[in-house]
Amino acid sequence: MVPLWMYLLVAAAMFSIGVYGVLARRNAVAILMSVELMLSAVNINLIAFWRYMAPENMAGQAFAAFVFVVAAAEAAVGLAIIISIYRSRRSVVVEDVNLLKG
Amino acid sequence: MLELNAQTIAFFVFALFSLAGAVGVVSSKNLIHGALYLIVSLFGGAGFFVLLSAPFMAVVQVLVYIGAIAILIIFAVMLTRSMTNMTELFNRQWWMSGIVGILLFVLLTIGVILPVWGENGINPSQPVSDNVATTEDLGVALVDGNQYVLPFQVASLLLTAAMIGAIVLARDTDTE
Amino acid sequence: MDLNALINDPNFLPWLIPVGPLLAFLIITLLTNRSKLIPATSEEYGGHHPDYDGMSVPVVTTRSRIVSITVGLSGIIAAWLISWQVVARATSLAHLGEEVFHSAVVWMNTGVSTFNMGVLVDPLTVPLLFMVPFACLMIFIYSIGYMAHDPRQSRFFSLIALFAGAMLTLVVADNLLLLFVGWEIMGLCSFMLIGFWFEKPSAYKAAIKAFTTTRVADVIMLLGIAYLYASTGTLSFREIMYNPAPGAEIVAVEGGSEAIVSEAEGEEGAIVEGEHEGEEGEEGYSSVHAETLAERLANTPALLIPGMSAASLIGIFLIIGTIGKSAQFPLHVWLPDAMEGPTPVSAMIHAAAMVSAGVYAVIRMYPLFAAGGDPHHGIFTPPLLVMAVVGAFTAIFAATIAVTQNDVKKVLAYSTISQLGFMVAALGIGGFVAAAFHLITHAFFKALLFMASGAVIHGMEHGEHHVHAHGHDEAEEHSHDSHGATVVTSHAHDAHDAHDEHGHAHDDHGHEEHAPHFDPQDMRNMGGLRKTMPVTFITFLIGGLSLAGFPLITAGFWSKDEILAEAWAGTTHGYGPHALVFVLLAIAAFLTAFYTMRQIGMTFWGEARTEEAKHANLGRGIVSFTMTLPLVLLSFFAITAGFIGVPSDFPLFGAIFSPEYNAFHHLVGAALIAESPAVPFNIFPVLVSFAVALGGIGLGYLMYWRKPLQAGEVDPLVSILGPVYPVLQNKYYFDELYTALFVKPSQWFAKNVAYEFIDRGVIDGFLHLLARVFTWIGDFLKVMNLWLIDGVGDGIPELMAKSGISFRRLQSGRVQTYMLLLAIAALVIALVFALSTGVLQAAP
Repeated sequence: MVPLWMYLLVAAAMFSIGVYGVLARRNAVAILMSVELMLSAVNINLIAFWRYMAPENMAGQAFAAFVFVVAAAEAAVGLAIIISIYRSRRSVVVEDVNLLKG
Repeated sequence: MLELNAQTIAFFVFALFSLAGAVGVVSSKNLIHGALYLIVSLFGGAGFFVLLSAPFMAVVQVLVYIGAIAILIIFAVMLTRSMTNMTELFNRQWWMSGIVGILLFVLLTIGVILPVWGENGINPSQPVSDNVATTEDLGVALVDGNQYVLPFQVASLLLTAAMIGAIVLARDTDTE
Repeated sequence: MDLNALINDPNFLPWLIPVGPLLAFLIITLLTNRSKLIPATSEEYGGHHPDYDGMSVPVVTTRSRIVSITVGLSGIIAAWLISWQVVARATSLAHLGEEVFHSAVVWMNTGVSTFNMGVLVDPLTVPLLFMVPFACLMIFIYSIGYMAHDPRQSRFFSLIALFAGAMLTLVVADNLLLLFVGWEIMGLCSFMLIGFWFEKPSAYKAAIKAFTTTRVADVIMLLGIAYLYASTGTLSFREIMYNPAPGAEIVAVEGGSEAIVSEAEGEEGAIVEGEHEGEEGEEGYSSVHAETLAERLANTPALLIPGMSAASLIGIFLIIGTIGKSAQFPLHVWLPDAMEGPTPVSAMIHAAAMVSAGVYAVIRMYPLFAAGGDPHHGIFTPPLLVMAVVGAFTAIFAATIAVTQNDVKKVLAYSTISQLGFMVAALGIGGFVAAAFHLITHAFFKALLFMASGAVIHGMEHGEHHVHAHGHDEAEEHSHDSHGATVVTSHAHDAHDAHDEHGHAHDDHGHEEHAPHFDPQDMRNMGGLRKTMPVTFITFLIGGLSLAGFPLITAGFWSKDEILAEAWAGTTHGYGPHALVFVLLAIAAFLTAFYTMRQIGMTFWGEARTEEAKHANLGRGIVSFTMTLPLVLLSFFAITAGFIGVPSDFPLFGAIFSPEYNAFHHLVGAALIAESPAVPFNIFPVLVSFAVALGGIGLGYLMYWRKPLQAGEVDPLVSILGPVYPVLQNKYYFDELYTALFVKPSQWFAKNVAYEFIDRGVIDGFLHLLARVFTWIGDFLKVMNLWLIDGVGDGIPELMAKSGISFRRLQSGRVQTYMLLLAIAALVIALVFALSTGVLQAAP
């Protein structure tokens, strides 16, 4: 099998790309997609560790399952918010949502 | 040290899917394309799960992530269509974000991954054991009173709340 | 304290004598001197001092005036009554010389000695206590009328009261310092009273002149007092001149039998034995007594000046004080100018109080001057010589000037200087009693003469106003008889009188056409006043005859005769100073008689030379009454005061008035520890007295009474004296000399050195420099303040604001920015953590 660290490397790379996407994209939906990327990378990390370090223990998979749940919830709510914002301002550019600007 | 067998090749293929898809997500101007790239990336992830003896996870990934979330995203993209193509791709701080991303990756790699699990650290090129827990075990674990039933319930609450929240948020207030 | 016993205690009574007038002064000054403001041009003020036009001036209210008069009069009457009571007690004692009335309180404990202040009534004080309060009382009464319309009458009375109080303090003082206190207070009062009408420049200049001249003398006198205190540790008269010195041996004066007795102790009983053992049975005397401090001082050498004893040097200093105060040559210049003050002031200063104080002081200190010498035997100490020479010279010097004066008061002023010269000269040749006698009689007739002359001037001014009113306004009512009818008349001219005493250059009713301004004091404008002012004439005549020494019936004769007798007695022994004194005083007496007759003749006899003189009179009413009453009373004393001092061996009169002994001589002579016996009677000086007095009177009569001056006629003296006349009339040009010698250089010094250089240059320069320095410091600090403090104070908020603005940019409101920052922070922490725990090697 492939050494663990390769999986971790891939997950890290996916995570970093996701970070980049979150920080750099203008479109809110694109940011959300990047967040999904990150979460997916975390899942990969988790399962890889589970498989290689403690395969008998169900904790890894359970944890990953919960990550799924959270990701789903978060995507739903996030998208709802985006829709709502879009409705009021006709724009999903995150930079324009700067009412907290001081 | 790396044998060239089917698993290794599959790994690299899936890795390619993941990373290419990820890059595509962050760099696609067209959001539909971006969503499709996301799907590709998630597929790669599912592939990893299969390789890692977690078939249930793979299926969930495809069903939930791709089937629900990605589709949801596509819906959202379609609903927020009018402005998506007019703006620039990246915001003002993309270079800094790039640096941060690269730095993060480098740090993670050099600082964490390689030293601990790399060549000089714990290097399980092989899993610890092959006694893999099955899906049935997962199911048991999720409802077992000694294990993860509580988080399971909380998770369901969370989903309920999210659902309600999403509905409330996205409701069209004009039509009542 | 048993009040009754105190009042009856003659030792305590003298304390009360000055209290009355001093208290009156305080009350009037503080309480009853209320005035109201009126414009300076109004009639009440007399209104024509151009400097004051347009201002408001205070005029005393009527009620204050009456209260002040009452208070002042009560004060002086109280002093008078108490002093006559003390006099009565004192004269009833047999040995007042030893059993003096003395009362002292501890004034100052200097650690080395105790300084006491107290009152002393000894035989010398007694006649002074008789004369001074009475004379002051007469002057008070006179002033009520004289100053009736003066706008500052209350002030006048308060000052007169202070003057009287100071004189009485001086008289009853028991030590030299208290005497000096009274002396100086009188100096101040004379300043304020001479310059009483301060609107006139001549008045205040005269006041300054008086004060500064006497001040010069006073400073030297103070030196003498200080020296005396330093040598003896005490200033008390008794202790210095009567009581035995500490550790004294018995000293026999004039070589009598030396009895060996124990050291005398205590205050009294200094005379141990032997009273009048005469060597030759006549003038010599000797008494054995314990050495007094004065005699001891006579044996100690003086500081700085070789050949003189301490007593002599102190004596000379003290005499200089009298030279100033009693206007002897060369410090006589202030006295004639002091005539600028109101006439009661002149009377007070020049008769009753101030100049008498000077002579009293030297009479008092006579034992100190005579210590170590014996003028009766021709042994003169320097102070005595100084007194004899200065006194005699002054007597004749002033008499020559008086002969040519035309102002009625100036004649009297120079006459005073001359008579004081008599007293000082008498003292110089050892005539202790004679000098005191002349002091008393002179006070009476001189006060009388001054007040009478004041009445004359008052009358002349009435005449002047009559003429003005008459000559220019026929319709005006000639209410001359009611001139000065009541005290509160506010006739224009009455208000005048108070100011125009000196015929000042103004023509009040705006009658500018009177080209030669009329001087009511100039005798050439008078004449024939005996008809319109009879009482004044008679009293003036009595006083004048007394001054001239009219034989036998006037007081002046007896006192002058005694002086001449003393001088003659010494001349027969061949003592030089006595001879000098005799000759000069005789000539001066002649001149005195002459100018007195001249004065009376020009003033009263003959016919009126001017219209004003024709109408001169005092009118009727309270004013004239208060002015003539004192004249009458004093003329009584001018006649009779001499009879208490008649020598017992004088033919006929001696038997009448002094059957046992010469009363005055007996009384006053006892003040000395070594009594000087009276000179035996010698016909020669009496004849000389007769001759000079009658000769002078006769010459004056011939020149001025037989052929009285007509209007416009020039004084015959002018032609007789020829070129000498202007010299005499200008007082030997002494004023000019002093002005050139002292006044102008002082003014130059004051202006150029003290003012320009020191005051403006040095002091102001220094102050300006300081101001500049401090201003510079202030500016510097201001800049620092602006720069530093404001810089800091303003800079910090600015900094805050700017940093706030900069930090604000962090709040971009953009979520991605926040997340980026988060990520960076997390990375940095991770990096640090990794590096520190060695997970990440520095150079992998």
